[in-house]
Amino acid sequence: MTNWQIFSKGLIRENPTFVLILGMCPVLATTTAAMSGMSMGLATTFVLVLSNMVISAIARFIPDKVRIPSYIVVIASFVTVVDLLMAAYVNTPGADGGPSLYDQLGIFVPLIVVNCIVLGRAEAFASKNGVWPSFLDGLGIGLGFTLALTLLGAIREFFGAGTFFGLPVLPASMNVLVFIMAPGAFIVLGYVIALVNRLRKS
Amino acid sequence: MVFTLGAVCLVSSALLGAVYRVTAGPKAAAELVKKTFAIGKVLPAFDNTPYEDMFKIPSADGGDSLVCYIGRVEGREVGTAVQTWTMKGFNGLVRLMVGFDAEGKIYNISVLEQKETAGLGARMTEAAFLDQFRSLDPGAQPLRVRQDGGTVDALSAATISSRAFCDAVQRAYDSYLNHKKGPASDAVSGATEVQ
Amino acid sequence: MEYILLIVSAIFVNNVVLSQFLGICPFMGVSNKVSTAMGMGAAVTFVMTLSSIVTFLIYKYVLAPLDIVFMQTITYILVIAALVQMVEIVLKKVSPALYQALGVFLPLITTNCTILGVTLLLIQKDFTLVQGVVYAVATAVGFALALVIFAGLRSQLELADVPEGMKGMPVAFVTAGILALAFMGFSGMV
Repeated sequence: MTNWQIFSKGLIRENPTFVLILGMCPVLATTTAAMSGMSMGLATTFVLVLSNMVISAIARFIPDKVRIPSYIVVIASFVTVVDLLMAAYVNTPGADGGPSLYDQLGIFVPLIVVNCIVLGRAEAFASKNGVWPSFLDGLGIGLGFTLALTLLGAIREFFGAGTFFGLPVLPASMNVLVFIMAPGAFIVLGYVIALVNRLRKS
Repeated sequence: MVFTLGAVCLVSSALLGAVYRVTAGPKAAAELVKKTFAIGKVLPAFDNTPYEDMFKIPSADGGDSLVCYIGRVEGREVGTAVQTWTMKGFNGLVRLMVGFDAEGKIYNISVLEQKETAGLGARMTEAAFLDQFRSLDPGAQPLRVRQDGGTVDALSAATISSRAFCDAVQRAYDSYLNHKKGPASDAVSGATEVQ
Repeated sequence: MEYILLIVSAIFVNNVVLSQFLGICPFMGVSNKVSTAMGMGAAVTFVMTLSSIVTFLIYKYVLAPLDIVFMQTITYILVIAALVQMVEIVLKKVSPALYQALGVFLPLITTNCTILGVTLLLIQKDFTLVQGVVYAVATAVGFALALVIFAGLRSQLELADVPEGMKGMPVAFVTAGILALAFMGFSGMV
């Protein structure tokens, strides 16, 4: 596989959200708006890239029996780093007094630890490949995840709140509230997966 | 085997410790900005740091205690922000910060946390709803929505959320009043006693 | 009364899967048969109760006094992983029958975000130990309930005539959406 293929497969062909259906909790929970979906995606990408690189570098020194616990420790460390950074630098309340970005994502930032995508890539790719390919793999999968979250967030925000990245587009009378409520998350995701399946076939 | 795992743990703890030390300052600053932001919104202009000028009062109905922050201008009390809550929201917990001016009237309210339905109950965070509470005196007229014979305009299609909102504000007022009346009332306070 | 509110709220109003979006992977993954769904639900309840107690005590008596709260995530995930391993070993020795029933689900539980999520939420919500345990058990029951109902729906779905493109995951998600819509009816109950 060329480097380009390693990077690009995560974007569409093996998109973690729409094709592999992995790590669904943040996909549903943080996509009430395009902005929060995108931030969640980028935070996950950060963890994915760094943990992939470190794990690919140390994998051959780690005995098989403690492989998974060691990987989890590495991943959890980077998650905590992201959590601390976000608590420090994206934690100012919005102009209207709304919750800060860090508060909007809330518990789903520490929960990146149990996102199956991260441990899955460590196990399936990083532990068997070099640092550079693992970096590309992490970046590709991470951006594919970010793309999916941003798309879902944009759809739900557009129909539910009539805005696009916070900019008003539709009048309030045309909002379909169910899109930004819990059921809307499941239903929009279901239809988008169906659409992606259809596009991949043709 | 144990050695490798131990080494991994040790290295990552060292990394975390370092990042923690770097981010501790900005993180605390961000938390402070968040707190003072909410307090600043619900109190008249003040020149002290209400975040440090805080005390706890027992809730009027015997539940968890409420945290109060005093705003002062040149040491004279201009208002008190009471952090209050209700469990009666459409989806449970709603937390508010209610600011009372020196006369014990509501100065302003800000919503700290809510899980109400988006577009219905969640609109309690909008100024259009919040502004009707300004300069109301919950002692003269208990806060109730119109449907219950009160004067508060409920959010359309979200009477339960509006009722919960009034419940939280009333709890703040009653607890605050108990505190001012009580023997433990703040001696430094220059505020007029509310009847 | 306070505990009843807490329980009803955690099971129905703020259902962990359908309104808080925790544990979606097992919700989608092991909901093909009602019996497996029940097994998974029981295993989660068991591990959730144990881990909420252990992590709560670790937080109160180790992390908070030593002022290393930032190690919370990493400690919790290791504790949960170790606990799952231990439960597996003990169960194998003590009750082979129970192990037969729950065994296959146990390894899956480490990466079930319901467990880590709830243990983190307990601290965030400032619960006491008793409140925390009640909340953890109720949340796990809510998880099991959603899982079993959904498994029932999916077994019906197999007989339905679903359009080609919607088969499999898409229709499962839409069904879950409708189930979430039904659970919204519980809002405003407490």
